[in-house]
Amino acid sequence: MDFKYDVIVVGGGHAGCEAAAAAANLGSKVLLITMDMGRFAQMSCNPAIGGVAKGQIVREIDALGGYTGIITDKSSIQFRMLNRSKGPAMWSPRAQCDRMVFSSEWRIQLEKIPNVFFWQDSVVEFIFQDNIIKGVRTSNNVEFLSEAVVLTTGTFLNGLMHIGSVTSEGGRVSEPASKGLSEQLLSRGFTVGRMKTGTPVRIDERSINFDKLDEQKGDGHDYRFSYLPSPDNGLRKRSCFITYTNPEVHKVLETGLDESPMYNGTIQSIGPRYCPSIETKIVTFSERERHQLFLEPEGETTIEYYLNGFSSSLPLKTQIDALKLVPGLEEVKVFRPGYAIEYDFFEPTQLKHTLETKKISNLFFAGQINGTTGYEEAAAQGLIAGINAHQKINNKTDFTLSRDEAYIGVLIDDLVTKGVDEPYRMFTSRAEFRILLRQDDADSRLSPKSFAIGLASQKRIDHLNEKIDKRNQIIEFLKEFSVKPALINSWLEYMGTAPLKQGVKLIDIISRPQINIYDLLDGIKPFAEFIEKLNMARKDEILESTEIILKYSGYINRERLLADKFKRLENLNIVNKFDYKSIKSLSTEARQKLDSIQPETIGQASRISGVSPSDINVLLVLMGR
Amino acid sequence: MTMQSQKDTICAISTAQGMGAIAVIRLSGQESIAISEKLFVPAKEGKQLANEKANTIHFGSISDGDKDIDEVLISIFKAPHSFTGEEVVEIACHGAPYIQQQILQLLTKHGARLAAAGEFTQRAFLNGKMDLSQAEAVADLIASRSEAARRVALQQMRGGFSNELINLRTQLLNFISLIELELDFSEEDVEFANRDELTKLVDEIQALLKKLTNSFSLGNAIKNGIPVAIVGHTNAGKSTLLNTLLQEDKAIVSDIHGTTRDVIEDTINIEGISFRFIDTAGIRATKDEIETLGIERTYDKISKATIVLLMLDVNDPDKKIHEAISDIKKRLNDYQQLIVVINKTDLADASIIKQRFAIDSFHELSSTDTIVPISAKQQLNIDVLTNALLKTVNLSAIDNDEVIVTNVRHYEALQKSYEAILRVSEGLSNGISGDFLAQDIREVLHFLGEITGHINTDEVLGNIFKNFCIGK
Repeated sequence: MDFKYDVIVVGGGHAGCEAAAAAANLGSKVLLITMDMGRFAQMSCNPAIGGVAKGQIVREIDALGGYTGIITDKSSIQFRMLNRSKGPAMWSPRAQCDRMVFSSEWRIQLEKIPNVFFWQDSVVEFIFQDNIIKGVRTSNNVEFLSEAVVLTTGTFLNGLMHIGSVTSEGGRVSEPASKGLSEQLLSRGFTVGRMKTGTPVRIDERSINFDKLDEQKGDGHDYRFSYLPSPDNGLRKRSCFITYTNPEVHKVLETGLDESPMYNGTIQSIGPRYCPSIETKIVTFSERERHQLFLEPEGETTIEYYLNGFSSSLPLKTQIDALKLVPGLEEVKVFRPGYAIEYDFFEPTQLKHTLETKKISNLFFAGQINGTTGYEEAAAQGLIAGINAHQKINNKTDFTLSRDEAYIGVLIDDLVTKGVDEPYRMFTSRAEFRILLRQDDADSRLSPKSFAIGLASQKRIDHLNEKIDKRNQIIEFLKEFSVKPALINSWLEYMGTAPLKQGVKLIDIISRPQINIYDLLDGIKPFAEFIEKLNMARKDEILESTEIILKYSGYINRERLLADKFKRLENLNIVNKFDYKSIKSLSTEARQKLDSIQPETIGQASRISGVSPSDINVLLVLMGR
Repeated sequence: MTMQSQKDTICAISTAQGMGAIAVIRLSGQESIAISEKLFVPAKEGKQLANEKANTIHFGSISDGDKDIDEVLISIFKAPHSFTGEEVVEIACHGAPYIQQQILQLLTKHGARLAAAGEFTQRAFLNGKMDLSQAEAVADLIASRSEAARRVALQQMRGGFSNELINLRTQLLNFISLIELELDFSEEDVEFANRDELTKLVDEIQALLKKLTNSFSLGNAIKNGIPVAIVGHTNAGKSTLLNTLLQEDKAIVSDIHGTTRDVIEDTINIEGISFRFIDTAGIRATKDEIETLGIERTYDKISKATIVLLMLDVNDPDKKIHEAISDIKKRLNDYQQLIVVINKTDLADASIIKQRFAIDSFHELSSTDTIVPISAKQQLNIDVLTNALLKTVNLSAIDNDEVIVTNVRHYEALQKSYEAILRVSEGLSNGISGDFLAQDIREVLHFLGEITGHINTDEVLGNIFKNFCIGK
């Protein structure tokens, strides 16, 4: 048994698992400390990965060599590409997962990495030497030393759960909270805040009347989250179901508001605005007569359903009485009620872009502890923190992503620059250059960069190169292949697009909005034969990627131009250039904010709230621009 | 420029270079008064500048040890109530360049530093005395060469068209947040942004941007002078007219056909508007190589002019005159205006002139074109010609304080916004998906923001202070 490691990761959630795997795969000897080795990467809320913006993040994690995408593919019981009717930047993969398989697959994956070691316990104290972290002490009074520590405690720091007027300490239902660490960091000058989140009831399939619900199946495409090809996981595919609340339901819910900790003042912390509890919805949107409820199966075989849209901390009786008035749930039996949880988070402006804390060297924070919400956001931070913990202790360069490079770059820059005033989740609108951050090309954006530091495997790069090569061959074919009006016009008219007056190259046909690349496969036989001959393992992925490049190049190129312009301010380094407090021409608020955040570039400074464009002009003038 | 240099006291000659009756040397910075004190001998014994109130003027002399250099007036302005927001001293001395240089040398000897170009204005900006667009307008104001240019620059300094743009930009910003909301909550399939209202706003923005971009050619003309090309047959008296207008002999004038082989420019100010006159070589078939070159250049100049003065000889036969007019009309665009000048009226009978050159008899001319008979040599009817020139400029736009864009940076940003808003407009009518609408709207917002100052770009600053001269 060793008591000395390169990197210690505290917490085995989505952030902790990615952090441990990344640091270990880069070569660090990693100790992963978790309270319960049976619950790695728990899906504490809904049993799904991805969705709008979040799906893109998972593709990025995968492209960088993380595991969330792979594990999702192994545990997926339904896959959908959301927003197919919109532009390619909005296409967002989402999968329902078997919650139990997801967790066990993570454990299998971690156990395969020789450099990852485990310890089941709760960390109660940090060991510091001056302003450098040196290790941790656990509740069993065991001391582990390390060069770096990644803290990923999720909702466990001083977690407090609420169901009606009943409160209990804990990080999740039936799991103890983690105490002592916040207080120790507080004494070191860290700013600690409180946040709230919630989760809905879990209900019994056998008590649901499915005849009254709308079924929603997967979209039938054979997609994967991972860019590494894998066979179907063999799990039975399952449907989700949709039902709605109604005014009678709302009336019952209102009777419980007095006892709702959200409304009687027990919970003071801020919850996520965009993922409101059902009681918040009926109060805030009182004019709406119904709210959508979405039933998600918790696994391949289980009878447990997650009732998305009904997050609540109302008393158990109110929750059940209201549910019974929902069509299809008249006979509902619940496994456990919804609850709200309050937890400590650390103001993320105390972090660098590497997720290392500014106050304590070699201490990294990742996940919900930074005020975010969502498995995907947590996993992404874990990956970046794990990589940088390894880089730091080996005197290697920081690994950071920019805002025009990855949603992960947007995520971390937002956190460390703007801070959070409510649980942070990713939206596509947070990215200035959405069309550059598509799910179809996270591999070409990120894999080479990760390969360069030794994380993404050669196999990934081979697959990427193959994709690019095949894509180029297809484009070449489309450019060369001529079509004659006589042969193609009847088909074009059938497809609802204008007939040709003279022969054109096939590439001109694919740029028409009415024609997609699958239509071309159906309608142009030589093209179908050519694609057949290419013999591609990831045929759909490569075809769609080709189509996006051909159809949307105008948008992509314009966005690139703006992004490059934006980069010019991003490249103006201002670390240690200014004593902000002494610059009288800055507004008072700008002076304080700049001084406390110490932005790395002019671009970052311009995104700090309270720093106006004229403040930025002052800095630019002082720099002699 | 480093942080340290911001604390220096700077000095420069703030009046025009060369000899004048008086000159003003300006100092700005913490040590302005202390440094001035070291070389100033007040007329009233015992007076100390440091003890004097702000906004006061003091008589005395500047001396270098025991050597008196000049008698001067010193004005004191105190922080923050000065142009730069710092302690400012202005020394009014006599205008000899030698004196100015001596005083400047003394000031630097006592601890002041020579100011860089635009540094006074830069300090005013850094001390919050003006914002960037005002600083930009100050540069234009200082450089304005005519009344009209001054008015346009002043209007810009007072906020100009940016208020209107800010308003429209804010409305557009509201719309885009609704569209973004639709996108991010697309699982619920909702439409928050009313497309009809959005279309209306987009039309409004489109119209404004069009008006603003169109005003640029006028704005640019006002700023740099309205280009007027003088063309015509050789020896029609083009150079003589130019000389009459300029009241000086700049072009070469002789009786030999084809004397003016080069293109000569000069700017004259007519009632507050600058006109940039371009004298051209005459147009006639020639084998002379040098002259052929000149004629090519003439056509090039015609294409760049806003107004073309076609000079003809009163004694030319009708056929020649009509040919010349239709020949030049072929080369003009819709927006170029033609004034046909019939020269040498002193050599013909007045009543015949009136009859021969009635505008009705020239079907080649359009309604905006005019014919003006003059004698350049005898200076007859020149005021009619200058009035005709003034009439071609849309003076009402300037008089009514209508917004006129003069700044190339603004113009480029407006053009890019316009292109993007056209795409939004097309997209709305084709019903394209919200993400593409959003991208185009974001682009509009970006470029409008560059004008209104909501978006930082490093280009802006680079240009502004560079365009100043030292002492401003």
